[in-house]
Amino acid sequence: MKTIEVKKPSAYTTQIGPAHPALKEPVMFTLDIEGEQIKKVDFVPGMAHRGIEWMGMRRNCIQVLYLAERICGICGITHSISFARAVEQIAQIQVPNRAHYIRAIVGELERIHSHLLWAGVAAHELGFDSAFYMAWRCRENVLDLLEYLTGNRIHYAMIQIGGVRRDIVPDQFPHIEESMKFFEEAYDKLAAVFLDDTTVQMRCRDCGVLTYDEARQLCPVGPTARASGIKKDVRIDHPYAAYADLEIDYMTPDVLTGEVRGDVYDRIITRLLEVKQSVDLVRQLISMLPDGPLLAIPKPAVLLAKLKGAAGEAVGRHEAPRGEVMHYVRLEAGKDEPVAWKVKASSYSNYLSWIPMMEGAQIADIPIIAASIDPCISCTDRVALVRQDTREVLTKEELHRLSVEKTRRIQASLAK
Amino acid sequence: MNATTLLLTATGTLGLAIFGLLAGLWFMGIDRVLAARMQARIGPPIRQPFIDMAKLMVKQNVVPANAIPWLFNGAPLLALASAITILLYIPMAALPGLPVLNLHGDLVLIMYLLLIPGLAMVAGGLSSGSPYATIGAQREMVTMIAYELPLASTIIAFAWKLAQLDVATPFSLASVAATPIWTLVGPVGFMGLLLLLATMILVAPGELGRIPFDAPEAETEIAGGLLVEYSGRNLALFSLSLAVKTIVVTALIVGLFFPWNFTDIVAITCCPFLAAGANILFFLLKLFVVLFFSVTLIRISVARFRITQVVDVYWKVLGALSIVGLILVMVDARI
Repeated sequence: MKTIEVKKPSAYTTQIGPAHPALKEPVMFTLDIEGEQIKKVDFVPGMAHRGIEWMGMRRNCIQVLYLAERICGICGITHSISFARAVEQIAQIQVPNRAHYIRAIVGELERIHSHLLWAGVAAHELGFDSAFYMAWRCRENVLDLLEYLTGNRIHYAMIQIGGVRRDIVPDQFPHIEESMKFFEEAYDKLAAVFLDDTTVQMRCRDCGVLTYDEARQLCPVGPTARASGIKKDVRIDHPYAAYADLEIDYMTPDVLTGEVRGDVYDRIITRLLEVKQSVDLVRQLISMLPDGPLLAIPKPAVLLAKLKGAAGEAVGRHEAPRGEVMHYVRLEAGKDEPVAWKVKASSYSNYLSWIPMMEGAQIADIPIIAASIDPCISCTDRVALVRQDTREVLTKEELHRLSVEKTRRIQASLAK
Repeated sequence: MNATTLLLTATGTLGLAIFGLLAGLWFMGIDRVLAARMQARIGPPIRQPFIDMAKLMVKQNVVPANAIPWLFNGAPLLALASAITILLYIPMAALPGLPVLNLHGDLVLIMYLLLIPGLAMVAGGLSSGSPYATIGAQREMVTMIAYELPLASTIIAFAWKLAQLDVATPFSLASVAATPIWTLVGPVGFMGLLLLLATMILVAPGELGRIPFDAPEAETEIAGGLLVEYSGRNLALFSLSLAVKTIVVTALIVGLFFPWNFTDIVAITCCPFLAAGANILFFLLKLFVVLFFSVTLIRISVARFRITQVVDVYWKVLGALSIVGLILVMVDARI
C-alpha cells in the first residue's frame, strides 16, 4: 500500500522589528506565517541595553536614586520607590508616615498617566487615531497635576531615601480634587470609546488570549496577569507605603463584565478600571494624609554617612502601572556605591505571555498584542552580549553554568 | 476621428488631468484639516499635500537592490495614468465636451479601470522585494475582490432601472446623469436606493485605501505595506494617483446618485459663463460632501479592520445590503 503524502504548505518566515512602526521600542519578532495566520513566534529582546546598573554601581545611593528614576520614561517613580525601599531596609531607616502617603499619591497619579498613555498607544495600533488623541489629551491633565505637585511632568524627583523631598499641602487639595473629578468624567468618555465601540470590540475581543492556566504557568504581573483573572497586586499582597491603610481590591475584568476571557479587550478593561481605582485611592490618601515630617534623615550628608556604614542586601518592590518592579541592592560597609544592583522591570515577567497570545493570531493583531502587555523594553533590557560585531544569544544551559560560577565566586569572596 | 476632435480630446485630457491632480490634492488637504479639527488638533495647512508633493519630487528615489526596476518604476506611472483615464469617462458639472470619451466607454469599463491603479500598486509592491509589501499586495488583491460585489450590484441596479426605461445605452454614465434615478422610483425603490448609496459610501474608503479598509497599507502592522519601499518621485506619483482616484470615486458617487446641477435648481440665463462657474462650484461642493461622509468622517470614527473582517464586511454586510437594495429597486418597478 502506498500512502499518499499530502504536502502541507510550508510556512513563510518573516520578521517584525527591531525597528518597526508597531513597536515603540526595539524588539525583534520572528514569525512563521501561513497567509495571514501566525503559526509560530519567537522574539529577541536586548536591543536597548544601556548599562544603567553598571553606572549605578559607580555612584552613591542618593545619586542612584535619580539614575533609577531614568530607567523608565513613563514610570519613573516606580524605580525610585523600589530602590529607596531596598536601601531603607538595609540601612534600617524608618520612613515617616506622611512620606508614605505622599509616595502613594504620586505613585497612583503616575498609574493614571501611564494607563492613559497606554490607551492612546493601543488605539493608535488599532488605527483608531481619534481615540489616541482623546486619551492623550486626558493624560495632559494628570501631567499638569504632577507638574503642579512635584515640579516635573515626568521624572518627578520626589523620592529621597527615608522619605520624600516635597510636601503636598492642604492649599493644593482643591486642585487635586478638580483633577480627580475630571478623571471620573474622562473615565465615562474613555469607556464609551474603548469598550462600547464596535470596531474596537471586533479587533480586541478574543484576540491575543492568555488563559488563566497559561498565565499561572508564565507568571505575568500587573494588568497582564489580572486581565487573565489572576488576583495579584503587590499593593495588596505585600502592602508598602500607605497601601495597607487603604480600601483597595484587585481589578480583574469580571468586576465590570462578570467574566474573564484574558483577551486584549480584557486588558483594556483592566487598565481603565485601574484608572478609576487610582482616582479613588488618591482621594482616600488625601483624606487620611497624616501630619509629621517628610524625611527620616533630612540632611543628605548625614544620610550618606549612615548609608556608608550600612551593610546587607534587600529587595524593594513596587506595583508599577505595568506590574511588579523589583530592585535588589547589596551594600557593603565603607562603600558609598551599591556593590550589587539588579533591576527587574515588570515587562521582564510579561514578555513570555506574548508567545501564547500571538500564536494563532493574524499579522494584523501583532501590534495590538505586542502593545497589550504595555512592554517597556529599555526598562527590561539588562544585558546584551556583543563580541566584535556579532550578537550572541545564551542558551538556558549556558546561563545556568554562568550563574553557578558567579554564585561560587560570591561564596568565595564572602568566605574571605 | 478627425484632427479637430483629436485636438479637443487631447486638450480635454490635459485639462482634466490638471484639474484631477489639483482638486485631488486640495481635497486631501481639506480632509486632513477636517479630520484634525474633529480630533481637536490644529492640523496641517490645507496646502500641505502640495508641499509634500514638492518635497517628494526632489527627494532621492531609492530602488531596492532586489526589486525589479522596470516594474517597480513603471507601476506608479501606470497607477497615475489609469486614474486620470477614468476621469475622461465621468460627466462633471454639465460642462460641454465632458466626459471627453463619452461614446467610448460605460460603467462596466469604469469598474474595470478602477481596478487598474490598485493592480499597479500590487505589481509595484510585489516587485519591490519586501516581505511587508508582499503581505500588503496580497491584502490589496483581497480587498479589491471584496468590494467588487457591492460595487457591481449597485451598478447593475442602475443599469437595470435605465434598461427598463428603454434608454439606448443603460450602462452609460451620461444616461444616468441625464435621468436622475431618484425621480424614477417610488417609495420602495427609494429605500433601495438609500441602501445602495450607503453601500457606495462605504465602498469608497476601500477603493481609496482609507481606514477602516486600509489593511493593504496598515502603517502600524506592515509599515505602509505596498508602499513600504517607495520613496521620492515614485511615492509622489502614487500619492498623486490616490489624489486623482479620490476625485474619481467621489465623482462617480456624485454622478450616480446626485447628478443635478446648480442650473437645474436655480436657472441662470443671463450669462453662460456664470452658469458654468456656478455649476463647477456646485459640483466641487457635492464632491466635498461625499468625501466628507465617505472618507473623513468614517476614518476618524473607527478602528482598522483585519483583512478577514474587510472581506466579511464587504461580502456579508455590504453585499447583502446592496443586493437587498437591488431587489427593492426591482420590486418597486412591479408595484
